[in-house]
Amino acid sequence: MTRFIPVRETILGGAILVLLLLISSRFAGFVAPSNLANVFNDTAPLIILALGQMVVILTRCIDLSVAANLALTGMAVAMINVAMPGLPIPVIIAIAVLLGALMGAINGVLVWKLAIPPIVVTLGTMTIFRGIIFLISDGKWVNSHEMSPAFTDFPRMVLLGLPVLSWAAIITIILFGIMMARTQFGRSIFAVGGNPHAAVYTGIDVGKTQFWAFVASGALAGLTGYLWVSRFAVAYVDIAGGFELEVVAACVIGGISIAGGVGSVGGAVLGAIFLGVVKNALPVVNISPFWQLAISGSAILIAVAFNARAGRTKGRIILKEAEATQ
Amino acid sequence: MTDATQTRHVPDRLNSRAARIFKSWEALLLAVAIAIFVINSFASPYFLSAWNLSDATFNFTEKAMIAFAMALLIISGEIDLSVASIIALASTAMGLALQYGAGTTELVIIGLTVGVLCGAFNGFFVTVLGLPSIVVTIGTMSLFRGISFIILGDDAFRGYPSSFSWFGQGYIYWVFTVEMLLFVIIAIIYGVLLHKTNFGRTVYAIGNNPTGALFSGIRVQRVKFILFLLTGLMSGIAAVCLTSRLGSTRPSIATGMELEVVTMVVLGGVNILGGSGTIPGVVIAAFVMGLVTFGLGLLNVPGIVMSIFIGLLLIGVIALPRLWAMAAARRKS
Repeated sequence: MTRFIPVRETILGGAILVLLLLISSRFAGFVAPSNLANVFNDTAPLIILALGQMVVILTRCIDLSVAANLALTGMAVAMINVAMPGLPIPVIIAIAVLLGALMGAINGVLVWKLAIPPIVVTLGTMTIFRGIIFLISDGKWVNSHEMSPAFTDFPRMVLLGLPVLSWAAIITIILFGIMMARTQFGRSIFAVGGNPHAAVYTGIDVGKTQFWAFVASGALAGLTGYLWVSRFAVAYVDIAGGFELEVVAACVIGGISIAGGVGSVGGAVLGAIFLGVVKNALPVVNISPFWQLAISGSAILIAVAFNARAGRTKGRIILKEAEATQ
Repeated sequence: MTDATQTRHVPDRLNSRAARIFKSWEALLLAVAIAIFVINSFASPYFLSAWNLSDATFNFTEKAMIAFAMALLIISGEIDLSVASIIALASTAMGLALQYGAGTTELVIIGLTVGVLCGAFNGFFVTVLGLPSIVVTIGTMSLFRGISFIILGDDAFRGYPSSFSWFGQGYIYWVFTVEMLLFVIIAIIYGVLLHKTNFGRTVYAIGNNPTGALFSGIRVQRVKFILFLLTGLMSGIAAVCLTSRLGSTRPSIATGMELEVVTMVVLGGVNILGGSGTIPGVVIAAFVMGLVTFGLGLLNVPGIVMSIFIGLLLIGVIALPRLWAMAAARRKS
């Protein structure tokens, strides 16, 4: 039975439904389909990033540089757009994804080849990427009137009733669902996180898998970088500041074990949607948006305590590298 | 066996004491510090002034206070990413108490108490509930600062009493600040605690082998809980100093400081995987970071660009010895 109805995702899904019911009991407009579609659209960047983070966390790593990666790619494509307004959007998206993947690859190489703990690598690259944004932009903003209309309109374009931004999230969910369940790479990610020793004996290169996980996370951060900058029609040094914590929060709430090897696409998506619903509900129920940070912090603590109780495995020192890198 | 334990040079007991000291990470770091000092004094005519150098110490004293406690925590195999948020919460609590007419003594007591309570909160989740410290402290990092935001919004607390400003702006003698004195006292306390006491030995034991430590009768969870308390306490002290120096409290106070503290600890030669590291190393690392940021500041390099150097420093100090070891291994084969 649990094979088909995963417990964790069901509980989280139930929690989201209860939350929606509570809100709708006083503000019926919140659960109107059009508003829910808005909430989903608003949460789309978080969903995309959470999926990338999920892959990284599953391999016993963590990527704290996603928000800085997003901001740097966003600034880069915004400046490219200002310099070359005629450049078609697919090219811009390709540049964003490649640039993001490149930054992910830098993280990945440091983790794979030099065996530096991922938290140190990504804490470092997080500040380096932010600093580089300042260097390339000279601290200036790129504003909406400087961007071409095609650049800013793309994520808002409505296809089959939903904006492109929402479709980007849906396509990423489907792609990652297939990748995690149906491809060799997806299965090796679980193997590496679940038991690195065993993974080595089955012929999986642990370091290489972690490398590609970082590349995937980076590529998604790059994609989100374009979507973010074009949606808000502004690029500056501090965009998405601290967003990496929200991304990790979405994963932890979604039941992805920070010890690696345990987690699902559905969990990551529901974790992100949970945070998205909370964020969008706060102004509706008249709570100051300043509560957002404390709420996501509490949600992380509750979720991690809850998940640890659900599936307690033997204690593991955090920061300990996958043991079988050679 | 991790890579880290293989690539890090473990001094051979047969080496002479002098050779051991000479070849140590701390000696290398000291050479770097002296080099930076010399380069700085050539790069800017304003560098070699007693008052400027005294000002420069503010770049690292507060962070270093936390770094000492963080060093012990990392040696024991845990980490606390919430230190900057503890500063924010402790500072907000002090500001709130100020609104109710608290004096300097009460403010300090409140700041330290909030710090200790935050440390206890982290320690409870990590040692009693057995959760990974990295997730717990990422959570409390949002929670603690989040509470500050709830209390303050986009407001600020100001108007601290003039006697309170002594901690962050006062001078003991000539150019020697109160913070410098605190820094020295705390460094000595932690140096003795880690290197000369039973407690210090247990911290190393836990970091090297928690299970082995447990079986040799060490109360692993209790020691770790105390380390979280200490980290909270030091964040409280740093909050008092920083609030006193700035003279105001905003919820965004000390943003990103956790990164600099961790960088300082790692730069000081503490193994991020736990098990090894020294307090003298952290002291020298504090000077290196202080000198680098101060030197760059004199050259008008903006803060965010300085953070690139900090990030590179963090990755570089871990990457270079490993690259070196890899190159050496290749030469041998």
